[in-house]
Amino acid sequence: MNRRLFGFTMAAGAVLALAGCVTINIYFPAAAAEKAADRIIDEVWQIKKGEEAAKPPATTK
Amino acid sequence: MKIGHWFRTLLMMIAFASALPVHAQANLEINTPGIAAIQSSMTQRHGQLAPLYGSGGVGLTRDGNVALRDPNAVPLAQRQQANSLIAAENQDRAALYREIARANNKPEWENDIRSTFAQRWIDKAQAGWYYQNASGAWVRK
Repeated sequence: MNRRLFGFTMAAGAVLALAGCVTINIYFPAAAAEKAADRIIDEVWQIKKGEEAAKPPATTK
Repeated sequence: MKIGHWFRTLLMMIAFASALPVHAQANLEINTPGIAAIQSSMTQRHGQLAPLYGSGGVGLTRDGNVALRDPNAVPLAQRQQANSLIAAENQDRAALYREIARANNKPEWENDIRSTFAQRWIDKAQAGWYYQNASGAWVRK
């Protein structure tokens, strides 16, 4: 009986853990998107690497 | 004993499942022919848009587009051309955000991608260019 309960708890835990993993994958990967945006913007605006380092990178909006 | 074995299998399953999304998230796919084509069209147009950013005639909007900020900063004779440039640029930008979302099999990310770009265009803008702050007011960088 006790073993059964333990097994059930484990199974429930497994379902929750897997659901958690799936949820992570649905979240928008903000850091990766920022990196992609930077690569495209640098290309479109012809910003060279050194040029960008010389300037302060961010504004406070 | 049996439960111990079961538990180990479970731990392995979780480890596998959690390792997969990490790989999927490392980078966004941006190397597709569609994205490259939009990018090169925007790069070419930038030569004409840059002076308009500099004069303040055109500014960067908070939603990842460009807009005519001050018509008086653009000579009357060039205003029509400026408007066409803005329209074409916004069309390319919309296509770019949509294509990146689609290239990653996540069309629902389009708006998040747009907001990310909106912020990064502004962050990377040159001093003197105008952008819209969070409440929509024009600010000179």
